[in-house]
Amino acid sequence: MTHSALTPTTAEETRDFLAYAAAEELPVEILGQGSKRALGRPVQTAHVLDLSRLSGVEVYEPAELVLTAKAGTPMAEIEALVAGAGQELSFEPMDFGPLLGEAAGKGTLGGLIGANLAGPRRIKAGAARDHILGLDAVSGRGEIFRSGGRVVKNVTGYDLPRALTGAYGTLAVSTLITLKVNPRAETSASLALNGLSDAAAVAAMCAAMGSSAEVSAAAHLPEGICQRLGVAGEDRPGPVTLLRLEGFGPSVEYRFANLARRLAEFGPAERIGDAASKALWQAVRDVIPFAGSRNPVWRVSLPPASGAELMQRLRSIMPVEGFYDWSGGLLWLQMLDGEVHDVPLRAAIADHGGGHATLIRASAATRAAVPVFQPQPAPLAALSRRLKAQFDPKGILNPGRMVADA
Amino acid sequence: MVGIAMPAPDRHVLERRDSIVAALKAIVPGEGVIDALTEMRPYETDALTAYRQMPLVVVLPETVDQVSRILRYCYENDVKVVPRGAGTSLSGGALPLADGVLMSMMKFNRILDIDFPNRAVIAQPGVTNLGITRAVEHEGFYYAPDPSSQIACSIGGNIAENSGGVHCLKYGLTTNNVLGLEMVLITGEVIRLGGKHMEAEGYDLLALMTGSEGLLGVVTEVTVRILQKPETARAALVGFPTSEDGGRCVADIIAAGIIPGGMEMMDGPAIQAAEDYVNAGYPRDAEALLIVELDGPEAEVDFLLARVEEIARANRAGYLRVSTSEEERLVFWAGRKSAFPAVGRISPDYLCMDGTIPRRELPRVLAGMRELSVKHGLRCANVFHAGDGNLHPLILYDANKPGELEAAEAFGADILRLCVAVGGVLTGEHGVGIEKRDLMPEMFSEDDLKQQQRVKCAFDDKHLLNPGKVFPVLHRCADLGMMHVHKGQLAFPDIPRF
Repeated sequence: MTHSALTPTTAEETRDFLAYAAAEELPVEILGQGSKRALGRPVQTAHVLDLSRLSGVEVYEPAELVLTAKAGTPMAEIEALVAGAGQELSFEPMDFGPLLGEAAGKGTLGGLIGANLAGPRRIKAGAARDHILGLDAVSGRGEIFRSGGRVVKNVTGYDLPRALTGAYGTLAVSTLITLKVNPRAETSASLALNGLSDAAAVAAMCAAMGSSAEVSAAAHLPEGICQRLGVAGEDRPGPVTLLRLEGFGPSVEYRFANLARRLAEFGPAERIGDAASKALWQAVRDVIPFAGSRNPVWRVSLPPASGAELMQRLRSIMPVEGFYDWSGGLLWLQMLDGEVHDVPLRAAIADHGGGHATLIRASAATRAAVPVFQPQPAPLAALSRRLKAQFDPKGILNPGRMVADA
Repeated sequence: MVGIAMPAPDRHVLERRDSIVAALKAIVPGEGVIDALTEMRPYETDALTAYRQMPLVVVLPETVDQVSRILRYCYENDVKVVPRGAGTSLSGGALPLADGVLMSMMKFNRILDIDFPNRAVIAQPGVTNLGITRAVEHEGFYYAPDPSSQIACSIGGNIAENSGGVHCLKYGLTTNNVLGLEMVLITGEVIRLGGKHMEAEGYDLLALMTGSEGLLGVVTEVTVRILQKPETARAALVGFPTSEDGGRCVADIIAAGIIPGGMEMMDGPAIQAAEDYVNAGYPRDAEALLIVELDGPEAEVDFLLARVEEIARANRAGYLRVSTSEEERLVFWAGRKSAFPAVGRISPDYLCMDGTIPRRELPRVLAGMRELSVKHGLRCANVFHAGDGNLHPLILYDANKPGELEAAEAFGADILRLCVAVGGVLTGEHGVGIEKRDLMPEMFSEDDLKQQQRVKCAFDDKHLLNPGKVFPVLHRCADLGMMHVHKGQLAFPDIPRF
């Protein structure tokens, strides 16, 4: 199929094109740098709306903790800018590149919002949806609308910025986005516990999260996984349970000592210093243990305390390996036989405390055939369709990206 | 009633009152339906008491099935419904309609599940905000959002208003602390969103519901995240000769990478009123008073308080005291927390506004308010959530003096216009309701508001849930759905068409 790409440089050009596409009922794929194109169901359209030239940071005010940038602005540019002022996006957005066979370090702000990215700090700081303050967007009707603002506390009207976050460009095309930024921690350290079973690890992580130590990330890496990350050594073959502490130097030291005491029953605590800890958490964030393979990868969101039980059940019914982030509330799974196992996987999740599974890595043919996102009960699915129709009545925006067309 | 007009009651609904009451009594037996005028009186207003309206009838369902059947009946019979929690809204969100059923959710008052390993609590919507903390504090946990009405306001109402509190900058709003909901649509369909896991699937309807002011659905169950209480909290009380100095101090604290648990500012008139009322030891000669509270591990709090002291002195602080005991910390807060009743003592009535501004604009907005005070001939005291830019000007007036309420409302509207003009918003935490409804066009274009109302159409195509709130002009969903097509005008002739 021939692709015809349109590359607007302003919100008005974006609007003019989408108004035209709506009138002519021409479906459009929305792209930034294309780094997450293999996420979700494949979109096949003759036309591409390429936002990569709608780029640039408009306002960055460190003292106000806000940044406003056009949707096509590269994340690398934004992250470098805020790092220069000692700040960061505290939701620690993951980089899907390595997992999806793309280069690392790609992606735009619009893509980050479209996919509602998060990272290990999700358990303390939330996801992109918790940090978006406002946006300008163009609906599938070809109309520009603005929602939210540039301040943290704002209840003026429905919270459309959050609702559009994670919609994979199927409701509207954002053109300008305002995010909350936060100070970057002065230093960090990780407390490592060695040799725990999955069940003991989840118990330790939940105890840590329920303490006043302000743990900012909690992951458990079973034996094979931590060897692949190089965290396993001769004297500790794995598995490893990691708890991250961040903040001002004296505070990190104080909390480390407290947390080690609190978790004494789980064995001696080992300290991983700032630089090594950072590298490790970036690898966990970007699912590096599963990079470089073509096996199907699932992302399962579940109640943290159910993680170990679910994993045990899955191991008994399918050839799978996995590791835990978010204190057990996020399970990354890789199917070792190349099959997706969606039906038994989702049935097991429903049996073990609920949650949902998203197919992250699979061939385009598989992603077209298997529900990539968790199927919803009929009334909820109908409500979601009605919402989509209110933003995009002609169904021109990323058709089929989240659910197959009815 | 003063300034704000509600939609004219539907005569056909008023005429059917008896049959509507009978239908509701068939769904909710016993005392769950209130139709006697005297007994409906407590429901005629919320905390925006300048506005009062008797509802058609009051119903207090006890089960999700009853809620579903009531809503389905109202949908099928074109009867409006106003949902109500504890009735503490400051923006008139729960103001009844003469032709509408008022549905109180206060019989949904149980906590259903306390789950410490998953740090989650499942509660019915009528449980109070503080009730959740009370249920978990024996294990050292709490629920973070703490609106000042937390002893009375319901968690369902918190969802409707996306309630904040003094700790938002560090711990987030309701929307950042809610994990799941069960709700009933106007059609009677029951929908569950999220759960004890951290991310809901599909579109983020949880985000849309939070802060939707009862216009999209009726919440019947809430799952929230609970947190372990910080190990300690200490506060610094700092007085400045000018509000500019105070504003700069706030900016410098944040620029130093410090996110305080709470950071509150009061202006001269608010300091005087509070000091007269509770005698907290505030410096009467200060033009701006800042309370900076740091919470967390003791080592961190001590370390950061020292930094805050340095920053305050560098910004010409004329008065500086750091709490050395829990009692002293609470005294610091006593003045701030009693600011509203303190102002109530020096004036027969006051109007509490709720704009949010970028922090750096504070001196400009305070100066603007002093001018507006002269223009409208009314006094104004300011308390300010300095950390997140949320301003609560208290406009003092006397309702018994002719024209003063109108003048106070005009003053308030001018303040909110000023907030929008400097890049802020109309409401930070009290909601639009009826109070700020007619000011929405100050902040949003017609297209902005139409797209918001289209969201309403996806949930409630007949506009039966809480109509007359939030949006200044009601458009029929059929009209909102029309598209302006430009067929024939080929704006992009070079694009291949299929």
